[in-house]
Amino acid sequence: MSKSTNADQENTAEKSNPKTGAQAVVASLEEAGVRVIFGVQGGAIMPVYDALYDSKLEHITMGHEQGAAHAADAYGIVSGQPGVCIATSGPGATNLITGLADANMDSVPVLALTGQVPTNFVGNDAFQECDTIGVSNPVTKANFFATESETVGDLVSLAFLLAREGRQGPTLVDLPKDVTLGEVSDWKYKPPKLPDHVEIPDGADVKVVESAATALIDAKKPVILAGGGVIKGNACEQLYKFATEFEIPVVTTMPGIGSFPEDHELSLKPAGMHGTGYANMALTHCDVMLAVGTRFDDRLTGGVDTFAPTAEIIHIDIDPAEISKNIHADYELVGDAATVLSQLHKVMQAKPNAEEWLEQIKTWKQEYSIEYGERESNGKPRPQYIIEQLCEATESNTIVTTGVGQHQMWAMLYWTYKEPRTWVSSHGLGTMGYGLPAAIGARFAASDDQKVVCIDGDGSFLMTLQELSVAVREELDITVVVLNNAGIGMVRQWQDAFYGHRRMASEYPWVPDFSKIADAFGAKGFLLENVEDVESIIREAIEYKGPSVIDARIDPAENVFPMVPSGGANGLFALTEEHLEEL
Amino acid sequence: MGEKSKGLKGPSPSDRPHPNERRNPQGIRIDPGSSGELENRLATFSALVKHEPGVLAKVSGLFSRRQFNIESLTVGPTEDENSARITLVVDENDTGIIQVKKQLAKLLPVISVKELSEDAVERELCLVKITNHFDQGNSLEQLKELVEKEGVDILDISDGTVTIEVRGSKRDIDDMIEMFDEFEIKEVARTGTVALERGSKKTT
Ligand SMILES: Cc1ncc(C[n+]2csc(CCOP(=O)(O)OP(=O)(O)O)c2C)c(N)n1
Ligand SMILES: [Mg+2]
Repeated sequence: MSKSTNADQENTAEKSNPKTGAQAVVASLEEAGVRVIFGVQGGAIMPVYDALYDSKLEHITMGHEQGAAHAADAYGIVSGQPGVCIATSGPGATNLITGLADANMDSVPVLALTGQVPTNFVGNDAFQECDTIGVSNPVTKANFFATESETVGDLVSLAFLLAREGRQGPTLVDLPKDVTLGEVSDWKYKPPKLPDHVEIPDGADVKVVESAATALIDAKKPVILAGGGVIKGNACEQLYKFATEFEIPVVTTMPGIGSFPEDHELSLKPAGMHGTGYANMALTHCDVMLAVGTRFDDRLTGGVDTFAPTAEIIHIDIDPAEISKNIHADYELVGDAATVLSQLHKVMQAKPNAEEWLEQIKTWKQEYSIEYGERESNGKPRPQYIIEQLCEATESNTIVTTGVGQHQMWAMLYWTYKEPRTWVSSHGLGTMGYGLPAAIGARFAASDDQKVVCIDGDGSFLMTLQELSVAVREELDITVVVLNNAGIGMVRQWQDAFYGHRRMASEYPWVPDFSKIADAFGAKGFLLENVEDVESIIREAIEYKGPSVIDARIDPAENVFPMVPSGGANGLFALTEEHLEEL
Repeated sequence: MGEKSKGLKGPSPSDRPHPNERRNPQGIRIDPGSSGELENRLATFSALVKHEPGVLAKVSGLFSRRQFNIESLTVGPTEDENSARITLVVDENDTGIIQVKKQLAKLLPVISVKELSEDAVERELCLVKITNHFDQGNSLEQLKELVEKEGVDILDISDGTVTIEVRGSKRDIDDMIEMFDEFEIKEVARTGTVALERGSKKTT
């Protein structure tokens, strides 16, 4: 019997009164407002799947558990609510790990449920046993081993809450089969509460807020560094008001993309290893930096010794452990980004006197423009041009997901992001293969009038392209654009720059025809080889209702600039290969 | 090798203004010319944790993951059966010490954590097993004399060994082990430091 007819026949009375641990788990998800979960079936998790049979929860079977975790992650980014993924014990659980590590690095709310062998087998190296708690410890915000059927529902509710509250992150509940099969006599959903000792800071210390405001008002060269925390803390409006009223230029981190509209004259786009020259100049020469919701990752800072070496730093973060971890903060403002930005706004008596600085920044924007020139290179369309055209062909609420590599950096530089939660990428972990499953997860969280575009690399696409089967099966309207440079271009670029052009294992002697792969899956494939076809193929693919894949053949010699060599000084970014040699 | 890619326009790195100022490895701005190196010190932390399985793995995992230099870690029950106390001695600079505290506090099973004052009461227990063949001109009598003088206890004399018990601060024990070094030490077992704040001051 198919699931849907069965679910329709059941009435809800049974649901509100779970009889097993597994039913309590499912009821807890339903009560938390979960609509869709991503996963793969298997022995130890079968009791939970059996409970799903009677549930209205939508379950999306993924091709691989890594895909389930990335889909849940993207769902978490786009919706702000924990994305849920589910897997069996052993290999199911270990396959989730990459996705959880990714979510952990990028502070994305994800709840993972894993099956486990029955409690009395734990520790015996039973079939498909794995110490999931041990393995997931370093890559989750919190994890729990369920021990009782009667309370397993509450444990899932708590894990869901913890994923979402405070600094967001992935949580996991490991579910031994006897616990999910076990009877529940009297369990009812209770809204979860944080444990008493867990305090989530709200507003920051008023005195520090005041002195930070004074520092900003006195600044001659102020800059705002907006991180992912601005988006996760729903503080984009506060940021916009603050930056525009006090005329302070805004640089973002990569996860912070979309926190401030990039078409605004105060926007300097992202800084860091492949950030814009003007953003890196602004960070290098500012005298006061207001950093919000960022952990000063090394891809952003470059060498710590040369990072904003003349700046006093005001750091707002909900996680006190991020403040002065990598870069010392002169003003520590622990709290929720929206609340603290409002606090700061209230005590800002005047705007900084920064005319000269704003002029300087205008000059830098011209001097270090990311204008790429030709549309074509060696007879092939250039990736920068393709991305610009994609951006033009779509509305500003379009969601972009990416793999990891050069294509990701072009997607960051040459698309103009105007809205929060439209940039969905793998930053801290840098996981190739993120793009397609993320597009699937994003599709489920997006509204109907939003397009979802995955800008992928050929190498990244090859890591998770089996998820195309999910997109076709579920009739998902997504467009994948593979910037196909027949190789793992980012590695090739590093080899050319730092390893004397010794291209070990970075050039593919052969790549499949991705447009034919798409056709074989039942998606719509396009082969893009000529610059004249860019606009029309993009239009056709975007308009196609369902999954489409453009195999865009680009010049393998194309490099990403600007580039700060790792550990280098942000202000000394290279714009050409000659610059790299000079450094 | 393919053709060179074009790159972007703009002044070359050497044609740009560049500040001379610097930060130290902890990201603190420093005076030009100074190394800005921070000195390490020993800090004792007490953490009250939930008495549940896996807590110790979470704490020790944190320390290895974040490369904190740990001198000792002890764990045991407290006055409350639902919680356990972990005492940690770390060797870190001030930035590291603050990080230790903040990272510990973030672990869900950690109820509270505090760096203890310098005058906190600290104790460690140590067992030292010494071989009872005194060939370098030492004798059991000499050992007993030293034991008496230092006020430590002999717990066992058997099978050609003497096992003594030493109590004190970590430093006391280090000194004492050195003192007994003239005898042949076979085995040492140390508990690591436990500590409580003095008087009305609450530990955690
Ligand atoms: C899972 C994983 N393995 C290896 C890497 C190392 N890596 C970083 S970028 C890159 C190249 C990616 O190739 P592709 O997806 O084709 O992107 P391109 O740089 O060619 O645009 C590699 C191998 C990684 N980031 N992730
Ligand atoms: Mg590639």
